[in-house]
Amino acid sequence: MKAVQEFEMHHPMAKYLRTERFPHIWCEGCGNGIILGCFTRALDELKINIDKLVVVSGIGCIGRIAGYLRCDSFHTTHGRAIALATGIRLANPNLTLAVISGDGDLFSIGGNHFIHAARRNIDMTVICSNNFNYGMTGGQLGPTTPLHSYTTTSPYGNIEHPFNLVHLAAAAGAVYVARWTALHVQRLTASIKKALQKKGFKFIEVVSPCPEIFGRRNNFKKAIEMMRWLKDVSEIRHGYDPSKAEITMEKIVVGEFVDVEKPTYEELLQKKYIKVQEKLREKNAG
Amino acid sequence: MSLTTLAKPVVRRKKIQEVKWHVIEDFCKGCTFCIEFCPVNALEESQKLNVKGVHPPKLKSEDACIGCGLCERICPEFAIYLEKVNTNEKEEEKK
Repeated sequence: MKAVQEFEMHHPMAKYLRTERFPHIWCEGCGNGIILGCFTRALDELKINIDKLVVVSGIGCIGRIAGYLRCDSFHTTHGRAIALATGIRLANPNLTLAVISGDGDLFSIGGNHFIHAARRNIDMTVICSNNFNYGMTGGQLGPTTPLHSYTTTSPYGNIEHPFNLVHLAAAAGAVYVARWTALHVQRLTASIKKALQKKGFKFIEVVSPCPEIFGRRNNFKKAIEMMRWLKDVSEIRHGYDPSKAEITMEKIVVGEFVDVEKPTYEELLQKKYIKVQEKLREKNAG
Repeated sequence: MSLTTLAKPVVRRKKIQEVKWHVIEDFCKGCTFCIEFCPVNALEESQKLNVKGVHPPKLKSEDACIGCGLCERICPEFAIYLEKVNTNEKEEEKK
């Protein structure tokens, strides 16, 4: 009880968090806590009004982030985080909207919602915590599991090629695409800040260590070993061709890959709405 | 105490800001990210056991921290926070 009170009283990020739910239930060394910290820091540095902020999360370990943030937040059904966020954006275009979810939620069951939201360029910030497997259900093989790595459902090594999430987002038409690891805390915070200020469909992939479920089957005995591995294999290259930025166990290219401007869905919708209204008025007057 | 923390001596570097370093001991789950990635190796595992049965970090010496804030950002448990010390007030007190 004393620890929670100290956290509520003194921690600078406590005003953005539902402190009564802390300490959180994520495993020792999980990257999700770091992502939550970076997100709250980005909110703090931008001085975003949390009454105007909506965070949507899907199913998975990172899905609990909606319950930990002290703002209007939704924990949706499996894979439908972006679908619900699309509805929120169309209902109220003045809100700051962020979707924080996992790789299994956004890219396996919710894959179609993701590519079509990116194609339409709906104004939202999507942060994907990529932990390489379905962590919450026991570490099954997912669409982002690197080739030849071990999971509970691939005990002799994975033979499926993984998704290259940044290439997928860039090809589908996202205006801002970046990839960081949970180790690059300063750069990740800066990237989230940049994404929250930009208009359009922004995608940030965060490679997050999953020591308990993924790590222990792939020769990472402790969380810190997984973090050291991220430090060794990650390479910062801004503006790199996302099609070549595949994640392997030997190399992870991180950085900002795409940063372009494009009219968003709501802007086009608003223009079209005004145009149709004028046309109808002329017709009625005539 | 692990051997890796013993092997690293504290690096002396110019302070970025004057801070007081705090840890909420019962929040710590013992991932040791703060100890590993501190740029000046100012932290080590303490001898204490918290409610989760792990050794929370502690400062090796009071003036070892340079106030960069990396441990605060990298802690997944929100267990570390830095309290800014107003240096102007301190100087006024000295006068």
